[in-house]
Amino acid sequence: MTKTIKQIQQGLAQKEFSSVEITQQYLDRIASHNSAINCFITVTDELALQQAKKADAVIARGDARALTGIPLAHKDIYCTDGVRTSCASRMLDNFIAPYDATVIEKFKLDGAVMLGKTNMDEFAMGSSNENSFYGAVANPWDFERVPGGSSGGSAAAVAASLAPAATGTDTGGSIRQPAALCGISGIKPTYGRVSRYGMIAFGSSLDQGGPLARSAEDCAILLQTMAGFDPRDSTSIERPVPDYSEALNEDIGGLKIGLPEEYFAEGLDADVAKVIETAIEEYRKLGAEIIDIQLPNLNLSIPVYYIVATAECSSNLSRFDGVRFGHRCDNPIDLEDLYKRSRDEGFGDEVKRRIMIGTYALSAGYYDAYYLKAQQLRRLIKQDYENAFEQVDIILCPVTPEVAFKQGAKTDNPVSMYLQDIYTLALNLAGLPGMSIPAGFSQGLPVGMQLIGNYFDEPRLLKVAHKFQQATDWHLKTPEIR
Amino acid sequence: MAAWETVIGLEIHAQLATESKIFSGASTAFGAEPNTQACTVDLGFPGVLPVLNAEVVNMAVKFGVAIGAEITPISVFARKNYFYPDLPKGYQISQFELPIVGKGQLSISPEEGVSKLIGITRAHLEEDAGKSVHDAFPDQTGIDLNRAGTPLLEIVSEPDMRSAKEAVVYARKIHTLVRYLDICDGNMQEGSFRCDANVSVRPMGQEELGTRAELKNINSFRFLERAINYEIERQIDLIEDGGKVTQETRLYDADKNETRSMRSKEEANDYRYFPDPDLLPVAVTEDDIERIKASLPELPEQKRQRYIDNFGLSDYNAELLTASRETAEYFEQALAQDGGQASQLANWIVGDLMGALNKSDLEIQQSPVTPEMLAGLLQRIADNTISGKIAKQVFEAMWQGEGNADDIIESRGLKQITDSGAIESLIDEVIAANPDQVEQFRAGKEKVLGFFVGQIMKQSKGKANPGQVNQMLREKLK
Repeated sequence: MTKTIKQIQQGLAQKEFSSVEITQQYLDRIASHNSAINCFITVTDELALQQAKKADAVIARGDARALTGIPLAHKDIYCTDGVRTSCASRMLDNFIAPYDATVIEKFKLDGAVMLGKTNMDEFAMGSSNENSFYGAVANPWDFERVPGGSSGGSAAAVAASLAPAATGTDTGGSIRQPAALCGISGIKPTYGRVSRYGMIAFGSSLDQGGPLARSAEDCAILLQTMAGFDPRDSTSIERPVPDYSEALNEDIGGLKIGLPEEYFAEGLDADVAKVIETAIEEYRKLGAEIIDIQLPNLNLSIPVYYIVATAECSSNLSRFDGVRFGHRCDNPIDLEDLYKRSRDEGFGDEVKRRIMIGTYALSAGYYDAYYLKAQQLRRLIKQDYENAFEQVDIILCPVTPEVAFKQGAKTDNPVSMYLQDIYTLALNLAGLPGMSIPAGFSQGLPVGMQLIGNYFDEPRLLKVAHKFQQATDWHLKTPEIR
Repeated sequence: MAAWETVIGLEIHAQLATESKIFSGASTAFGAEPNTQACTVDLGFPGVLPVLNAEVVNMAVKFGVAIGAEITPISVFARKNYFYPDLPKGYQISQFELPIVGKGQLSISPEEGVSKLIGITRAHLEEDAGKSVHDAFPDQTGIDLNRAGTPLLEIVSEPDMRSAKEAVVYARKIHTLVRYLDICDGNMQEGSFRCDANVSVRPMGQEELGTRAELKNINSFRFLERAINYEIERQIDLIEDGGKVTQETRLYDADKNETRSMRSKEEANDYRYFPDPDLLPVAVTEDDIERIKASLPELPEQKRQRYIDNFGLSDYNAELLTASRETAEYFEQALAQDGGQASQLANWIVGDLMGALNKSDLEIQQSPVTPEMLAGLLQRIADNTISGKIAKQVFEAMWQGEGNADDIIESRGLKQITDSGAIESLIDEVIAANPDQVEQFRAGKEKVLGFFVGQIMKQSKGKANPGQVNQMLREKLK
């Protein structure tokens, strides 16, 4: 049951199994293990089998497309027509989306089967998946530990083989960090590469959808379907989508890999650092040139991020007011009561905290000092990367300072939780693509390695990750689940 | 008692006449069943995103070019955050720091021969909100989001107006302009053209502005004038009684002709404006501006000047004829029908036609007397078939739907008597009946001539050609 998308594609093509059979196998695994892992909020078993049956007919006709009959799980942040889309919030516990997100629509067009909607931090705000109205998600490698967040449900589902691959979204590391903590591969594309239409917004200028899968090869296959210009998203970019799978076969000789000294500084766990160093050696062996670089403004990324993301979310989440959809308090006495109680009851603590920070940052008299300043610093951070990419092709660094931590370990200290994302969120501020792939283990837990590419350089990113996975077998390790 | 000076600035919301909304494909047609013209974008559903309707940018630039304003090369949409049930997203997408249209100006003529420049601070694009419906359900408020997302151009003037009259003249001029440009239907009843007035007073000669009140809910020019005048008086009375004007928003109540406090500055929202990350900045190039400039129709100002220069119209008539696109079209259509002298035609339109339209509360495009019919009437005056006085009767009959001028002249037998034999016998009769007056005239009392003319015209039921009567009468009385 540890099949990759690539293997399922081949199995379906060679009639080793049908889509209904493979879909049923995943549904069975979900039935056995989801209660312990809690990675699905909604399992759409009937719909999945219907879609699988249709897919089998399409395959029999010889009309199969890239993903026809392949079961996938979707983060519960993507709107799915006729299916509850909760964003892991009480606010949307009753919300049945009336339309499909562009990403979902594209998967449907390519014939994919939807197994269900995965758990996440509420409105994608968190790094441990502990901020979910539907409860925390267990890390398949150690059920007492967190899977990371916010796409924790998607990462855990793939790591535990409850789905061969899943979609996620990444605002400050929400694909890369859980992929790292769960020992799988994930890519956050360049901002504008994947349509945000139908992806419930957290930080609009930072949010980007992408896949979580067992290998870089699978990420390439899924990104092929997800990427592309969408006239319904003004920030998506009109630019042809290259053939990502084709690119995997290209050579990486002469590749220049940059190691930013700021990422290997204080705060990085020594064991994790050792794993990354071994991975760097592997690249040296593959013929890459390793170059030390600087990203001097990296230390600004946490404060800048927590102004920009919270400011945008404070406004994005205003539409959840109990008037048209979502949670509405009982018997409101007047309009203000309706707003206050609906929002107080509907949102969890972390969401409220970020709405308050963002509201403050945008307030009259504070705007210049916070939001405007943050936007200026954001440009500096972006410049650092632009300078770095004049010297190197790829930047390599850790994804997280440490391996998966115990549930509850950081819930009382938001700032230590925010520090989890120190290596990931600068990318979102710059809009650059980044990947996380398994690089080894520390204390029996997976360690992820981050690869950062230049704008729209996803082909190279995927290729560099793929070469590592051809040379090593870290990505093939799976947790034992009883 | 001090003399007071009034200071007025206007914020005009012109609804742009697009087929679809500013950020969605939903229709903008007025009057549909509640919530039938609101898609998921207008309803602010989770996950949806706005996409700018390119037509609104064209329209805004048209306006900017027409008032000679600076067009911002890169303008930015911003979110104006506040909670209200008819505002689905919890923010309105508007423009704040970088509006599409910058500084411009408009010349107005509040009185004949007086002209004054009114500064326009800016004009920016934004989406309209929905409507709260308070009378549809007992104890509950309904929300109709059909209007949500309708494109608006908010035109903000400098505080350059000094009386309600000037404000009305300015507002009318903007109204005329947006309709000429075909960017707004100007329908005030349906809310397509709305005026908010910022009004303050200060002692004559004082530099510093007084505290202002913002008047809202004004849906006609008449109400605009009344609301401002009421507010001026209220503020002066307040100050003269030792009180102070507070900065606030006041609603105009047309039924009671008064303004009432809606919210004060202290209760005002902190809108927390910031650039909308869902929308790209709007770029307008020099080429775009040139292309739009070339596509502009003749503007009212140019038309007015042309009427004066080419047709010899008076300032007053030229102003009135160009006050709306439809009136100017009426005039030009009638002129094209060879309706006689332009100035005479102008007098007829400005006088009899507009009088009749006003009395019946009709727009010129609804006039029962078409430009062709009016031209037909003027031809009959020009060729002496009827006199100007009889023409009034014919016009009245045309207005009542009795047909065109020729039909009416024929059926009512109004043709002018130009047969000198017939006129002569009329003159003879009147001279014979009034020997005393004949004596007086011959004794040098010229004025009596008028009496004879009157008598003869009366006898002929106005049909005798007055010129001929005059001439022949003088001969006879010699």
